[in-house]
Amino acid sequence: MRHLRARVWFLITVAFLLPACSSASPSALRPRGPAAQRIDGLWWFMFWIALGVFCVVIGMLLFGMLRRRKPDSVERGSGETAVVLLGIVAPVIILVTLFVVSIHDLNALSAPAKTNALTVNVIGHDWWWEVRYPQQHVVTANEIHIPTGKPVLLHLSTGDVIHSFWVPQLSEKTDMIPGKINRMLIQADHPGVYRGQCAEFCGLEHARMSFLVIAEAPAQFDAWTAAESQPLAATTGAAARGEKVFLHSTCVSCHAIQGTSASATDGPDLTHFGSRRTIAANTLPNTRGNLAAWIEDPQGIKPGADMPPAVLEPSQLQALLTFVEGLK
Amino acid sequence: MALEYRGRYDAMSSSFAPTATTAPDARTRESGWWGMLLFITTEATIFGVLFATYFYLRFKNMPVWPPDGIKQPTLGLPLLMSAFLLTSSIPMHIAELGVKKGKQTWLKAGLAVSFLLGVGFLVIMLGFEYPEKLKEFTPQTDVYGSLFFLITGLHGTHVLVGLAMNAWAQVKAARGRFDQAHHLTMLNVAAYWHFVDVIWIFVFLTLYFSPRF
Amino acid sequence: MAAIAERLTSIWEETPGLASWLTTVDHKRIGKRYIATAFVFFVLAGLEAMVIRVQLARPDQALVSPDAYNQLFTMHGITMIFLFATPILSGFGNFFVPLMIGARDMAFPRLNAFGYWVFLFAGLFMSFSLIIGKAPTDGWFNYVPFALTHYSPGLNIDFYGLGIIFIGISSTTGAINFIVTIFKMRAPGMSINRMPLFVWAVLSTAFAIVFALPSLTVANVLLELDRKAGFHFYDVSHGGDPILWQHLFWIFGHPDVYIIVLPALGMVSTILPVFSRRPIVAYPYVALSTVAVGIVGFGVWVHHMFATGLPQLSMTFFSAASMMVVIPSGIQMFAWVITIIKGRPVYTVPFLFIIGFIVTFLIGGLTGPMFAAVPFDQQITDSYFVVAHFHYVLFGGAVFPIFGALYYWLPKMTGRLMNERLGKLSFWLIFIGFQVTFFPMHIMGLLGMPRRIYTYQAGLGWDVWNMISSIGSFILAAGVLAFIVDYFFSVRRGRPAGDNPWAADTLEWAISSPPPAYNFESIPHVRSREPLWEQPGLPEEIRRGTAGPVLDEGHATVATSVLDADTEEILEMPGESSWPVVTALGMLVVFSALLVSHLALAAVGLLIMAWGIAGWLWNTGDVTTL
Ligand code: HEA
Ligand code: HEA
Ligand code: HEC
Ligand code: CUA
Ligand SMILES: [Cu+2]
Repeated sequence: MRHLRARVWFLITVAFLLPACSSASPSALRPRGPAAQRIDGLWWFMFWIALGVFCVVIGMLLFGMLRRRKPDSVERGSGETAVVLLGIVAPVIILVTLFVVSIHDLNALSAPAKTNALTVNVIGHDWWWEVRYPQQHVVTANEIHIPTGKPVLLHLSTGDVIHSFWVPQLSEKTDMIPGKINRMLIQADHPGVYRGQCAEFCGLEHARMSFLVIAEAPAQFDAWTAAESQPLAATTGAAARGEKVFLHSTCVSCHAIQGTSASATDGPDLTHFGSRRTIAANTLPNTRGNLAAWIEDPQGIKPGADMPPAVLEPSQLQALLTFVEGLK
Repeated sequence: MALEYRGRYDAMSSSFAPTATTAPDARTRESGWWGMLLFITTEATIFGVLFATYFYLRFKNMPVWPPDGIKQPTLGLPLLMSAFLLTSSIPMHIAELGVKKGKQTWLKAGLAVSFLLGVGFLVIMLGFEYPEKLKEFTPQTDVYGSLFFLITGLHGTHVLVGLAMNAWAQVKAARGRFDQAHHLTMLNVAAYWHFVDVIWIFVFLTLYFSPRF
Repeated sequence: MAAIAERLTSIWEETPGLASWLTTVDHKRIGKRYIATAFVFFVLAGLEAMVIRVQLARPDQALVSPDAYNQLFTMHGITMIFLFATPILSGFGNFFVPLMIGARDMAFPRLNAFGYWVFLFAGLFMSFSLIIGKAPTDGWFNYVPFALTHYSPGLNIDFYGLGIIFIGISSTTGAINFIVTIFKMRAPGMSINRMPLFVWAVLSTAFAIVFALPSLTVANVLLELDRKAGFHFYDVSHGGDPILWQHLFWIFGHPDVYIIVLPALGMVSTILPVFSRRPIVAYPYVALSTVAVGIVGFGVWVHHMFATGLPQLSMTFFSAASMMVVIPSGIQMFAWVITIIKGRPVYTVPFLFIIGFIVTFLIGGLTGPMFAAVPFDQQITDSYFVVAHFHYVLFGGAVFPIFGALYYWLPKMTGRLMNERLGKLSFWLIFIGFQVTFFPMHIMGLLGMPRRIYTYQAGLGWDVWNMISSIGSFILAAGVLAFIVDYFFSVRRGRPAGDNPWAADTLEWAISSPPPAYNFESIPHVRSREPLWEQPGLPEEIRRGTAGPVLDEGHATVATSVLDADTEEILEMPGESSWPVVTALGMLVVFSALLVSHLALAAVGLLIMAWGIAGWLWNTGDVTTL
């Protein structure tokens, strides 16, 4: 029993230190937005209560195990009163408190959004995220840019099965359910890149259905939307050859590039793919090498992903890479 | 406390002969009765869940019910079916009384009449009601069709099972296996049959009647 | 004295040999079978978990493919819940409920045999899927639309849908049998307020099954109709609704977790006082909380759906209900601890497992009401924090008591004591291994790690914890292995147990170990809640045939009234029968035929079933004891 206690203390210490270490961790205990902040507070409140209850029960257990008993002493009292006090009265008080606190938090979290809030539609697909800014006419994927300090209203829906939208550092999660549009507010208080991941099992690549929320100062955000809403500019040289490859191979049957004839929506919109940080729902960093690997063999990188390998001559591939990479 | 033993019981000499001649006290219920009661409870819960499903799906996102231009269910045939099924409980009850009172003719006649009425129900359902509905919609048309055929079909299957039980009881009755003391099978068959009838009322109200509102 | 035993033996003993292996209706043989079969499933599911843990030990590993991983975690969950935890507890119930209430068998012995065969066949049916690499891949709660044909073509999900309906038949018949047994077969004098707490727990569990399982059955019938026959219950494009599945599943699913934990808590309430050397404190409260959990447990299911975007009012309601459900557990927790305080604990191996249970279940229980706080649940649901919670309550709440019960009752079942040394080793390995495996999962969840992922990227702060957890699982496995070794060693070489090695209070300890085929030479008259403590002469009286009726002129036992257990009648019990296994086989044919959509074969199966049932009933005379 003794080492159990020691372990508990060790873990508490660790739990406290956690927020400090591993800066890439999408830890719910390193909140960066008001919703996550509130939940973080609720967690620590409950944590201390739970620890208290734990100590009381384990304390009693240890007392019962260790206490000396006179050989012939007879126990007095049935113990029923203690059971009623500790097992009914005390828990009722604690639970009512907890209930009130948590409902208060729930109300705060689900306060209706201001009507003029920035709206982003996020649509889950097997296994990537379609991101649309209807007011700004921006379509992108796997990357959600938001301005800092403002609540952003998300409209969450799905193109196939159930997914769940979760950015632990910013807010609670909400499921994306067929036939339904769920709303949720997120807000980041500081610029930064926050990792999100699909939290409802959705099939083979549920593990690799991740995304990034990129919070930037409002001015930068506006610049970003302005750039993203542009269609593809005319291409030259290798990129132009690549564009031809793209438009004459299977790619067009799934991907859209604004400003070209490619307009399919089965896969992520690639108009500004070059400006994105990752490939295939945050599976690989967006580098030329990784891109080549992805286009040649998506199944090797993300088995089951809904994209077939491209069968291309090396020169065609190089041109295609230049083109896709250049989609800034 | 007055104990009724089915036989001679002597704790001290510790010998006991299960002679089993006296009927058990009317207050007491045999294990088999409890078994049937619980079986019926499970089945009733299944139907309860199905009815809940029906209303859930209807009210969740269906502004028009029945959807897709399906007409309001007509009540004629279903009412006729109800007449057959609900009256069939009466002869069943007579059969039950008969066996308790030792009147074998009541028993046999009651079972037979109840059986025929049950068959009548199924004939109307499969011969007239279903063909008519299938012309309009199928289980594959939409969720309304799925619900309609699942719930009525499941109930129909229960009628069929009830009829099988009834037939069983008739065979046993014909062979003289029931008497005033031994007739739990008969009681259970009757209980199940009444249950199937009661469920029909809910099927009727849910599937045929409720869409009007 | 010996004469009575001889006469009863000749009446009750089943013919030896393979035939009787198939036709037995003895609740003790069936109970042992349940336990052994379920334990094999435990080891299988445990091995699946080990593969999971190895795969997750380090980031970006590719030991198994994503598809294989999905099959593994799904089968792990399904097997643990449906083929291990639920049936092993009914195994204990089968063996010990009749003994604890002083009966000679279950109320419906043949139905009991049937339940076992259905469990076995359904278990084989579902496990077969893994052997052919087509196991279900949608987790144990199998959400639609992923489970619909469009996203999951192939037989995988059908193994789930049909298998669950199949095994549900076993649970339902078992539950009905337990209820009637407990209502009608208690020894004279064992009024309802004298029932051992384990019996109370089995009773509430059985009621919970009767009301909860239909929902799961319906959910899966709708699923299979959608998949196999083109119905549209879950299909949004034709007016169906995927959330319907979630409601139907969790209306069953939450009561189900109490179905699993309740009998285990009952075991604790039975074993703990024995080793505290005093009756349990606050018996009426404990008995009532057993019932209360069973009831309130039906009103909390939506707490598994807080992230689906339900109306706030409904979430508030279910949040409150989920907090309320804590209270009965609190009552029991304090009753146990105070019993220890007021008693004189003896630290045997079963008792160690009970203490391990208290610590572990407490931690798992305490994270429960945290999820009941809606905002926290919305943050942490579907993360490893949930995986931590449910292993603490499932393993802590059910598996620790099961191991305790095995150490406690195996001597009664085999006649030999287990080895204390190996037992202690097993306990410490399991206890430490468990904490090391599962405590870090809380932290992983808080660090944002979702569940059901076959791999993860390095550098997210999850690596260390996963490694620790995987190491822990090996310690845990070693502990299980130590138990298995102990068992095989003890059944051969263990010291003879004697009738009552623990000086326990309940009736099963009044008779020899292993118990004779007829259980009790004479059906005892019970006068107290702890019969062997308050009536020390009882075992002797039972043996001499003076404790109550001997009933040595037929295959008979006593039926009593529901509340007061006054003698009502003498029941003639059925003997061996081959009809249960025939009927169950027919069912296996039906379900296998449905799996491959072969309707003609299904009809053949139905005929076999009909034949089985007809044979069964025809030989029953009057159906009092199926
Ligand atoms: C044996 C099984 C078991 C048991 C006993 C419990 C017990 C409880 N569970 Fe758990 N639960 C599961 C098995 C179990 N659970 C499983 C399998 C899942 C996940 C399913 C899945 O998603 O796959 C789950 C998930 C789950 C969720 C959903 C999480 C999510 O997916 O988002 C919730 C939410 O409310 C919950 C709540 C509770 C509560 C309130 C209790 C309470 O009954 C606990 C009560 C006990 C105590 C609290 C300890 C003793 C009490 C005291 C010492 C008194 C004093 C205490 C206080 C005042 C707090 N459980
Ligand atoms: C009673 C229920 C129960 C039990 C006991 C366990 C036991 C274990 N579970 Fe299980 N688990 C579930 C019920 C249970 N689990 C459920 C319901 C899920 C959810 C599934 C889903 O998401 O759908 C789950 C999910 C789950 C996951 C999450 C998977 C994911 O989300 O991706 C993990 C991961 O580590 C895990 C691990 C373990 C481990 C390591 C054990 C260990 O405790 C296992 C210990 C046992 C052994 C290791 C047996 C070893 C025996 C030997 C080695 C003996 C040697 C052999 C011979 C002599 C033949 N479980
Ligand atoms: C059958 C449809 C299909 C075809 C054909 C296809 N893709 Fe894709 N593509 C997808 C899908 C679906 C994804 C998302 C995969 C994922 O992340 O799971 C994707 C992802 C990508 C990505 C990463 C996008 C991002 O934001 O992460 C790139 C780049 C890409 N495809 C380029 C190509 C090129 C170039 C071709 C032609 C050689 C091509 N695709 C052909 C369906 C297709
Ligand atoms: Cu999308 Cu999991
Ligand atoms: Cu629950």
